[in-house]
Amino acid sequence: MTVAPTLAVASLRLDLGHTPILRGVDIDVMPGEVHGLVGESGAGKTMVGKAVLGIAPAGARIRSGSMTFLREDLIAMPERRRRDLLGRQIALIPQDPMTGLNPVLRIDRQMTDPLRLHLGLDRPAAAAKALDLLHQVRIREPERVLRQYPHELSGGMRQRVLIAMAFSCRPQLIVADEPTTALDVTVQRQILRLIKELQETAGTAILFITHDLGVVSKICDRVSVIHSGRILESAGVADLFDFPQHDYTRALMRATPRYDRPGDLLQPVPADLTARLIAEAEALDA
Amino acid sequence: MSAGYLLKRLLLAIPTLFGVLVVVFVLLRVVPGDPVTMMVGLTASEEDIARLRELYGFDKPIFTQFLIYLGDVLQGDLGVSITRKQEVLGLILGRLPVTLELSLFAMAVALLGGMMLGVLAVYRPGRGGELVADGFSGLGLAIPDFLWALMFILLFGVLIPLLPISGQIDPRLGFEPASGFYLFESLLIGEFAAFQSVLSHMVLPAVALAIPLAAIIARILKSSLQEVMTQDYILLARARGFSRLRIVLREALQNALIPTVTLSGVQFTFLVGGTVLIERIFSYPGLGNMAIEAVINRDIPLIQGIVLTFAVMFIALNLIIDSTYVLLNPRVRHG
Ligand SMILES: Nc1ncnc2c1ncn2[C@@H]1O[C@H](COP(=O)(O)OP(=O)(O)O)[C@@H](O)[C@H]1O
Ligand SMILES: [Mg+2]
Repeated sequence: MTVAPTLAVASLRLDLGHTPILRGVDIDVMPGEVHGLVGESGAGKTMVGKAVLGIAPAGARIRSGSMTFLREDLIAMPERRRRDLLGRQIALIPQDPMTGLNPVLRIDRQMTDPLRLHLGLDRPAAAAKALDLLHQVRIREPERVLRQYPHELSGGMRQRVLIAMAFSCRPQLIVADEPTTALDVTVQRQILRLIKELQETAGTAILFITHDLGVVSKICDRVSVIHSGRILESAGVADLFDFPQHDYTRALMRATPRYDRPGDLLQPVPADLTARLIAEAEALDA
Repeated sequence: MSAGYLLKRLLLAIPTLFGVLVVVFVLLRVVPGDPVTMMVGLTASEEDIARLRELYGFDKPIFTQFLIYLGDVLQGDLGVSITRKQEVLGLILGRLPVTLELSLFAMAVALLGGMMLGVLAVYRPGRGGELVADGFSGLGLAIPDFLWALMFILLFGVLIPLLPISGQIDPRLGFEPASGFYLFESLLIGEFAAFQSVLSHMVLPAVALAIPLAAIIARILKSSLQEVMTQDYILLARARGFSRLRIVLREALQNALIPTVTLSGVQFTFLVGGTVLIERIFSYPGLGNMAIEAVINRDIPLIQGIVLTFAVMFIALNLIIDSTYVLLNPRVRHG
């Protein structure tokens, strides 16, 4: 018997209006696995995440393909069932911690509302749990932070709050959309370590979206490379770095700074390769 | 909001009020129509007229008149009404609660109606709710308050006589509130017959006043809600499985009210200004109704007093609106 993937996306095609955005996305995220989705800006990474959560913008239409969460069909799922899963079984860590928290609500309210909705906790129990969660993401003076508004917290603190919220109902799957991109480098490393630690403790599966192969090498077990809405290659992290199969993967590696070889000259992805990939992708649109 | 900020705003009100005093004082003395002649009629003797002019100080140079008036105002003396022969301050204080109650009630109606329409438009976008909300606010913006008032009078006075179209309370009830606040006091002391009568008399003028403001609030709230709904934290709220109604009401509304308060704030003062005409149309015994009588009679002290009162009301209203903005927005509350 084989283990069912936590998330299985197969041959997913999605249009926004009449523009094809995703042109064949296949990703299996296994239980407890951190699965990287790596590609340049505009490749469609965020759209994959939004499609999985069912929060794609108005005008987005799934043309074909399938998405299942623990064998349950995510596309045909009734709205009510989806709302029950979101926040409880499937959670999101956003890219920009500065805009991800509601500016007029105290952290307390923002953390306890989902706990009360999904876990049925009463107000004091939810507040106690929120405090505990802030401890877990190693926020100092959590009692004070709970009483504060987002604008009173730094970017790193806000991202810790958002991470705590994502893990709060012990979800099976977290979509993390470039969770460290908006942070400065030292904070980035702390946040990555924190996510990895929480993920390992809880055994959560994560679809980890990033444009940075360096980040992939630190946190992911498997990785899929995406360009123009197409998955070009999927592999275990070690295999991908040692034996990249696709030209684009190799080009992406040459464009990524490496800690072990800091002197290397970085080369941008060649324009003719990008042009070829776009032409191939558009050939699929017919 | 800090006490220092409040103090600064109050200090700024002083030159504003002084300017209002000067402008009204000068205007009333350059427009044609002699108050004393109006008062005694054309048959009075020259000596009588001269004596009255002296009594009210109209014989002195305008600058001297102003200094005397300013001195009186600073001591809380607004003079004596020419036509009513009573203290202006007492007359105003008798009528002010009536206009305040009407204005506040109308504002509450406008806020409630405008917010419901704005939320409806965003909660049910496209055909259903948005169409209804846009239709209502379009009508509300196209037709001014006094035209609504006239239509209500035709409708309720002639076709469906459900609500009273004139006066403030059924005089047979003989209810005289000590505070001057008919609605509040009748409710507080449990005079429910009086309360019902006051409320039913208030509905039509208040709704006429409220409709244009409600329409503006609905429009502004709709567009700011639409803007807020595109924000990341709303997407995150959706990703937490909250229902759309909950997201609109609990996550988006307060954020959207911040620009709405800023942009519609001045419209609240327009509503208070609108009471002048609306009270006249519904024979509502408030400050506005008295203002029109005072103007017709060239009752200069009374006009001056009423204009000053309206100016104070506008300034107070603006302060309240600013405080609301600060209450809604935690980012300006600190520091
Ligand atoms: N709301 C939107 N309206 C129009 N185009 C969009 C929208 N969101 C994404 N796109 C387009 O979809 C493509 C993929 O975007 P996105 O998923 O955000 O890429 P990534 O996250 O990989 O940078 C881009 O070409 C982008 O221009
Ligand atoms: Mg993105």
